[in-house]
Amino acid sequence: MSRIDAKFAELRAAGRKAFVAYVMAGDPDYATSLEIVRGLPGAGVDIIELGMPFTDPMADGPTIQLAGQRALAGGQTLAKTLDMARALRETDQTTPIVMMGYYNPIYSRGVDRFLAEAQEAGIDGLIVVDLPPEEDAELCLPAQAAGLNFIRLATPTTDDRRLPRVMQNTSGFVYYVSITGITGAAAAQSAEVAPEVARIKAATDLPVIVGFGITTPEAARDIASVADGAVVGSAIVKMIGEGRSTAEVLGFVASLAEGAHAA
Amino acid sequence: MANDLFNSFMTGPDENGRFGMFGGRFVSETLMPLILELEAEYNHAKTDPTFWAEMDDLWKHYVGRPSPLYHAARLTEHLGGAKVYMKRDELNHTGAHKINNVLGQIILARRMGKTRIIAETGAGQHGVATATVCAKFGLECIVYMGAHDVERQAPNVFRMRLLGAKVVPVTSGRGTLKDAMNDALRDWVTNVRDTFYCIGTVAGPHPYPAMVRDFQSIIGKEVRWQLAEQEGEGRLPDTVIAAIGGGSNAMGLFYPFLDDPSVGIIGVEAGGKGVDDRMEHCASLTGGRPGVLHGNRTYLLQDDDGQILEGFSISAGLDYPGIGPEHAWLHDTGRAQYVSITDAEALEAFQLSCKLEGIIPALEPSHALAHVMKIAPTLPKDHIIVMNMCGRGDKDIFTVAKHLGFDMKV
Repeated sequence: MSRIDAKFAELRAAGRKAFVAYVMAGDPDYATSLEIVRGLPGAGVDIIELGMPFTDPMADGPTIQLAGQRALAGGQTLAKTLDMARALRETDQTTPIVMMGYYNPIYSRGVDRFLAEAQEAGIDGLIVVDLPPEEDAELCLPAQAAGLNFIRLATPTTDDRRLPRVMQNTSGFVYYVSITGITGAAAAQSAEVAPEVARIKAATDLPVIVGFGITTPEAARDIASVADGAVVGSAIVKMIGEGRSTAEVLGFVASLAEGAHAA
Repeated sequence: MANDLFNSFMTGPDENGRFGMFGGRFVSETLMPLILELEAEYNHAKTDPTFWAEMDDLWKHYVGRPSPLYHAARLTEHLGGAKVYMKRDELNHTGAHKINNVLGQIILARRMGKTRIIAETGAGQHGVATATVCAKFGLECIVYMGAHDVERQAPNVFRMRLLGAKVVPVTSGRGTLKDAMNDALRDWVTNVRDTFYCIGTVAGPHPYPAMVRDFQSIIGKEVRWQLAEQEGEGRLPDTVIAAIGGGSNAMGLFYPFLDDPSVGIIGVEAGGKGVDDRMEHCASLTGGRPGVLHGNRTYLLQDDDGQILEGFSISAGLDYPGIGPEHAWLHDTGRAQYVSITDAEALEAFQLSCKLEGIIPALEPSHALAHVMKIAPTLPKDHIIVMNMCGRGDKDIFTVAKHLGFDMKV
C-alpha cells in the first residue's frame, strides 16, 4: 500500500477529511523552505504538495509564479527539490509527498532518471499540470510502472463523456480544480463544488480532493465538507512571500488544517 | 513523390498532433476539452467549401491577395548570382502575413459561437491583425503584450487601441512575448466558455500548428503558380528562404514545396549578437534543445534545469525562445536547413533593400534577405531563389534609426 493509500485509509478510519498544503520548494530560500516543510505534518497537514519551480507556470496566478521566481533566484533546481524531500524523510516516514509542477524540468532531466531519483527520495506522487491523458505515454504510465501515484486534475470543463478517460490512469487521489481559472483567483463555492464532486465520485473509487480558490479556515471546512479533503496553496505561499516567520506561516497552516478537519 | 503518401512530408501531424516526436497537446485539463472541440471544428471547416469561399473572398477583397511575386532585378544584379524573387506579403492589409491566419481563425471562432477573442503579440503585428479582423466582425478583442514591447512598439499599441482592442501590458515573469503567451493562456483557462484564443504562429497545442500552417500556405501556393506564370510552366524555385521566430510565414512558404525534392528549403533564425554560449540570440534550432512549453514539444532555449531562457534579437517579432514543432521536425529529418543571421547582418540587408529596390522591409524578413545576400553570389544565374518579404518596415524605423545613430527627434 502506498503512503497515499495508507493515509486515506487512516483518515477514513478516523472519520476525518484530508488537509493538503502546497508550498513552493526553495521559496524564499532552501533553508527556510525546508524548515517550513518539516513543520507541516506537525501543523496538521495530511499530504504535502511540493511545488517544483518553473519559469513559465501557465496555470498559476501571480502568487505562485512569484514564489517560483523567488525560488529560482535563490538557486532552486529540480535536484534540490528532490534533496528537500530526502531531508524531510529523515524526520518523517509517513506523510505523503506529492511533487507538483510542469513537465519541462522533468523532461529535461530525463523521465527514467527523474522517476528513479524521485522514488529513492521518498516521493509518493506527481501532479503535472500540462500532461493531460492524451499525453499519458510521456510520464503517467512510466510513473505508475515505477510505483509512483500519478494524480490527475479534473476540472469544471471535464464533461461526462471525457471523465472516464481522465480517471483511467489516475491513482492516489483525484484533484478537482474548483474553478475555471488559475491558482489563487476566484473563491470556490461549496454549493457549486458539491454536485461536481458527486459527479466525479460516480466515475471513480478514489478520494476526491478539491483545490483552487480556498484561502481561509472557514472555506477549507466548507469545501472539505462536500469532498474528501481540501488543498490550500496560494494563501500559504502569499504569507511566505510577505516574509512572515516560519512560526506565523505554520500557525496559519494549523488553522487551515483545523478548518478542514472540522468538516 | 508528391503522390506517394508513405514518403510524403505533407501528411503531418498524426492524430495525436505529432510531427515525429514534436508537437502534441501539453495543456491543462481545463483547456483540453476546448482544444478537442477546436480540432473537430477545424477538421470540419477545412473540407467545407463554404468556409474556403468566405476565406477566398476576404483574402481577395479585404487583404488584397494574391500578393505580388516580384523579381528583384537590381538586387539580383548587385549580388551577381542567383535570380532573386520577393514574395510581397508586406503589401497585405495591415502590412504583414499575419492577417492570412487571423482571418481563418476568426471565421472559425464565429462558427463556434465564440464572442470574445484573445491574442498575444510581440512586435504588435499579430495584435494589429487580430484587432483589425475583430473590428471588421464586431468582436471583443483583448491583446496581451509584454510591458517592454508595449513601450518600444508604441505605434502598434495605438493602432490596436484605434481598432477598438484592449491592450493588456504583461508584467508577469519578465514581461516578454513568452510571458504574454502565458497570460493569454491564463485568460483562456479563466474564460474558456466564451473565448477563442487566436494564436499568431505555428506553435501551441495541436491543432494550432497545423491550422495556422494551412492558413499561411496560401503564400507558397501563390508562389507556385506565379513563378510558373513568370518563368514558364512547371518551373519551381530552386531555393525558398524565410525568416523564423515561431515560424508561420516560413511554414506558409515552405509547406507547398515539401514534397518537391528539387526545392531547397532554408529557414533563417535570429542570431542576435551571435549564436554562442552567451545565449544572446533567438536561434532555438541552432542553439536550443527539445523541451515542452506552451502546449507543444519543440526546440527551446533553456538552461540545464529545463528553465526557459529569454531570447534576444533586434527584431521583436523573432524574440521567442521556441519554434513551431513542424520546423523542429523538418530540421531533424533534414528536409529543411536552418541557419542564423545576426542583428548586424540583418541591418545591412535592411538598408540594401531600401537602396536597391525601394522596399523598406521589416527587420524579420531582413534576416531572410541577409541570408540571400550570403548565398546568391555563390549560385549560378539560372538558380531561382524566392524569399518571403513577410512584413513592411514602418514599425521598425525607430529601432533602425537608433542603431544607425540617426536622431529621429525632429
